[in-house]
Amino acid sequence: MSFLTDYKRVAGLGSAKSGTEHFIEQRLSAIALIPLGVAFLYTFIGALGAGHETVIETYSRPIPALIAIMFIWAMFAHLRMGLQVVIEDYISGERARMRALIINALIWRGAAIVGVFAIAKIAFLA
Amino acid sequence: MADVNRGNRPLSPHLSIYRPQMTSILSIIHRITGVAMSLAALLITWWFLAAASGSEYFEFVDGLLTSWLGYLVLIGSLAAFWFHFFNGIRHLRWDMVVGLGLGESARSGWAALILSVVATVLTIILAL
Repeated sequence: MSFLTDYKRVAGLGSAKSGTEHFIEQRLSAIALIPLGVAFLYTFIGALGAGHETVIETYSRPIPALIAIMFIWAMFAHLRMGLQVVIEDYISGERARMRALIINALIWRGAAIVGVFAIAKIAFLA
Repeated sequence: MADVNRGNRPLSPHLSIYRPQMTSILSIIHRITGVAMSLAALLITWWFLAAASGSEYFEFVDGLLTSWLGYLVLIGSLAAFWFHFFNGIRHLRWDMVVGLGLGESARSGWAALILSVVATVLTIILAL
């Protein structure tokens, strides 16, 4: 059994130089989501199914609105980075993987902006 | 590269020949819950967008989320949230090189499982 790899085999296939940043950001967002997740859940279970007026009333107050915005922001960043790793692990084929990574990178950033916009609109206009 | 030797190097252990363990099963569930919650993330974002759009459209989306199918998805996501939450704390402790022993990681795994069930039930009671 050969444990040696040819230099040729790894040449040019080294680190993309952004792994550490990804690792740190994934954990920073995880830490942020500990308090934000609990706080958001608390506001959300009070508002879900309670009618439009209650939802507007809840998220037009600064603290619930800020909690929801921070939660949405951190959660979608965490989700995007987590799914990125899942895609890198399970999707084979360079083109298919690249396609999935591009869609992943765009869709969750877009969703985060939609969420922040919606909550801000409620907070500012109510 | 035609001369690359790929045939006789040791391969990573295949999951199918590995006996399932507390740590491996919870690691897989951590991934599954994380991926599954992306649906709830989109639903909640849609719910906020509907609330910002007006009461008529909001009642439609809120009605979908509070239908039996909506509740099924949301309660499943709630359980996923609490598991991912407690197991995530377990991972953060490991990142600080705390609790990595075999016995410790099995115990913290049980703790994460039990706490997530308790927190799920408590959240549902609180929401009622």
